Amino acid sequence: MRSQFLKGMSHGIPIALGYLSVSFGFGILAVKSGLSILSAAVISITNLTSAGQAAGVAIISAGGSLTEMALTQLVINIRYALMAISLSQKTDGSFTLGKRLAAAYGITDEIFAVASAQPGRLRASYMYGIISVSFLGWTAGTIIGASAGQLLPAELTDAMGIVLYGMFLAIIIPPARKSRAVLSVTVIAAGISLIFRYLITVVSGGFAVIISAAAAAALGALLFPADTGETDKEEVPQS
Amino acid sequence: MKTALYIAVMASVTYLVRAIPFTVFSQKIKSRFVSSFLYYIPYAVLAAMTVPAIFYSTGSVVTAAVGTAAAVVLAYFNMPLIVVALAAAAAAFAAGLFV
Repeated sequence: MRSQFLKGMSHGIPIALGYLSVSFGFGILAVKSGLSILSAAVISITNLTSAGQAAGVAIISAGGSLTEMALTQLVINIRYALMAISLSQKTDGSFTLGKRLAAAYGITDEIFAVASAQPGRLRASYMYGIISVSFLGWTAGTIIGASAGQLLPAELTDAMGIVLYGMFLAIIIPPARKSRAVLSVTVIAAGISLIFRYLITVVSGGFAVIISAAAAAALGALLFPADTGETDKEEVPQS
Repeated sequence: MKTALYIAVMASVTYLVRAIPFTVFSQKIKSRFVSSFLYYIPYAVLAAMTVPAIFYSTGSVVTAAVGTAAAVVLAYFNMPLIVVALAAAAAAFAAGLFV
């Protein structure tokens, strides 16, 4: 299914371009936090995720424990479990166990969004196409950013440190504007995070993020139970 | 060597979170609390990671605040992720020329 692979690759191009600039910021952040270019690249190659990697680098540079690292990655990336469950119901017969194990690596927010918007069932070769191109963008951006940290003027790399956070704001603000529930959850999470930063400073950064996020999401789930049917999409049968 | 250990833990947890549900589960989550919690968790995580860390991301609270303001305004008007992200950096850089 060469054509499915090529189709996946073409769908991966806009994702890769977006990843390029964000992972550029990650590369700079990683080197600034004291990691080598190689470490930054290996993190991007093995993780393929933005928020988890940024949190991971913060824990490494703060000398956090491995337990803190594992729990932080679990909480930050738990959304992928939901996406994986959703995507697993959209796969076609070409997905053997081995192919599932391979394609699972590439379940990111953007790849999930594009793949789940496809009509009909997903073929493994399509997933490989979209993942491989996105992966190249993510890895290349990281290496360029990590290396450029030494070439570009400090004023520029300092400013680039905000790129990843700017993207996070771009993810949370539009839905927070539309939904009072999302707005409440984000404000509560940010509020608890501020308390940990300035008042209860004995809690390390990774745990502070976990506790803030879990508490805010739990409160949100109690106060505003989400309409879980809303993410279901009509599936167009394909022969 | 410690860094390699950190990265191994990061990569393993991140992969398993994706792979286990993708290979094992095929049922939809029934609990309304759990599915609501999972729906809100990305927003909560990103908010907690961003505030207040964003203000320390450029080495100067002033330039970071200017970058943050630019990002908030553009995100409010639904600009694409990349536009918001790069504009935040551009605004922080521009502010740095005056600080």
